[in-house]
Amino acid sequence: MTLFDLGLREIHNRLHAGELSVTELVKDSLQKIGERDEKVKAFLTVDEEGALASAARLDDKLAGGGERGLLFGLPAGVKDNIVTEGLRTTCASQFLRNFDPVYDATVVKKLRAADSVTVGKLNMDEFAMGGSNENSSFYPVRNPWNTDRVPGGSSGGSAAAVAAGEVYFSLGSDTGGSIRQPASYCGVVGLKPTYGLVSRFGLVAFASSLDQIGPVTRTVEDSAYVLQAIAGHDDRDSTSANVDVPDYVSSLTGDIKGLRIAVPAEYMGEGVDPQVKESVMAAVRQLESLGATWEEVSLPHTEYALAAYYLLSSSEASSNLARFDGVRYGVRADNPDNLLDLYLKSRSEGFGDEVKRRIMLGTYALSSGYYDAYYLKAQKVRTLIKRDFDNVFEKFDVIVGPTAPTTAFAIGSQTDDPLTMYLNDILTIPVSLAGVPAISIPCGFADGMPVGLQIIGKPFDEQTVLRVSHAFEQSTDHHKRRPQL
Amino acid sequence: MKITVEQVEHVAKLARLNVGEDEKEMFAEQLSAILQYAEKLNELNTDGIEPTTHVLPLHSVTREDEVRESLPIEAVLRNAPDEEDGQFRVPAVLD
Repeated sequence: MTLFDLGLREIHNRLHAGELSVTELVKDSLQKIGERDEKVKAFLTVDEEGALASAARLDDKLAGGGERGLLFGLPAGVKDNIVTEGLRTTCASQFLRNFDPVYDATVVKKLRAADSVTVGKLNMDEFAMGGSNENSSFYPVRNPWNTDRVPGGSSGGSAAAVAAGEVYFSLGSDTGGSIRQPASYCGVVGLKPTYGLVSRFGLVAFASSLDQIGPVTRTVEDSAYVLQAIAGHDDRDSTSANVDVPDYVSSLTGDIKGLRIAVPAEYMGEGVDPQVKESVMAAVRQLESLGATWEEVSLPHTEYALAAYYLLSSSEASSNLARFDGVRYGVRADNPDNLLDLYLKSRSEGFGDEVKRRIMLGTYALSSGYYDAYYLKAQKVRTLIKRDFDNVFEKFDVIVGPTAPTTAFAIGSQTDDPLTMYLNDILTIPVSLAGVPAISIPCGFADGMPVGLQIIGKPFDEQTVLRVSHAFEQSTDHHKRRPQL
Repeated sequence: MKITVEQVEHVAKLARLNVGEDEKEMFAEQLSAILQYAEKLNELNTDGIEPTTHVLPLHSVTREDEVRESLPIEAVLRNAPDEEDGQFRVPAVLD
């Protein structure tokens, strides 16, 4: 039992009643990190001093009767590709091992405005490229349910820290499944909002047409609260959507009568573990018992999504990562012969193999003579994939399926073959290409490891995604189980 | 599509990466496998299909052309590997 088990409302009640202080909450978080992170390795940087100073400031505010923000006093972790002024931000890369950001990302400012306390920065696959956290250049994160297994990726630290009770919530980023897949593996709630709902200003870019920041939490209600705090238009992000932010928390009515659910046949096919399928079908029947109806549908271009995604995301990455040249920030190789040599040596020493592989793939796909065959072709296939979703959403409110084909696999078991590793994201990638919102919530266990249920919604309809997730969660006990560390 | 060691060298040069001799073989093999997998896209007829560059119906965003406050030079140079007189310092470009 930790203070976090009380939940947001009870924590706020106790803070208000003077039975609990923000300093106690933050110290609890720091203590849990001290006890558990030796095993989990979710953190790259812990800002004890800064967190305690923020806590003291918030306790003063509490005593003074000032207005309290939505996430008042809640200790948070932030994925290490989201810049934090004066707090080291590495993207888990040796290239940025000493990078000291000079401004805060918009989401970090918003967390502060909501009165949460950032206690540190979370481990990840280098530059968010990976699905297991084994690509962190510092050390791999371990799954709190079984420390011989991966936590998923790339936001593995974000998912593991929440699952281990080290922070109340965290922020991750999702390009092809990087919030949802680790949330699934670690038995927590991970939401990828609609592309454009949350500002990307201050998120170190991987694939700009796909990257999106979102919350990782223990409950759906907490997910709604964090989304409420971070969503909204930002004129510093040219792809930020200019839409009104609705009230997500009040959309959690528990009522899903008449809801129309689509279950794609392609998401329940071969390659999906039978126990995962069983958990997901049990969840669909549970939703049915709560008043929803469901039908099997087809998303016919699903099998092409992975190939299109790797061409598009790697192409965008090869362009985005050109900025890491050793001139303005990051590491610079010693004794370069000339400027070109400085670029070559700094980049080669600073980047790990997966990052190099994707930069090379993207450079190839964009290079003269291959652009039409690979990059343009993949963009056209992206249109077909998006249309699959548009067609289904004409008749259905949400699409439901597994988040990942299996539960968390053993550390080291898939590192030899990049393609096998990529297949873990086969059910999250189509959603990213379509840009629609999706969540992963716990829906059962297979051999002691959590199974994630993916609920996909229409563009900017996070309210329905959260409402369905909440109704399911409140009628089950999966989210109450905790790993033994 | 089989990627040769020569193509790996060419792409590495474009990408500003040094690749060691043993790495060249590894990348050639791995990139070949990934591109072979990508050939799958050719099963689809995409004649007349518009490419999706972006999922949102976005247009270029502009603002009034007015001077705004920017970061102080000390902040901009805080992470510089080498600097001199308020500027980033690099090896000579021209001899």
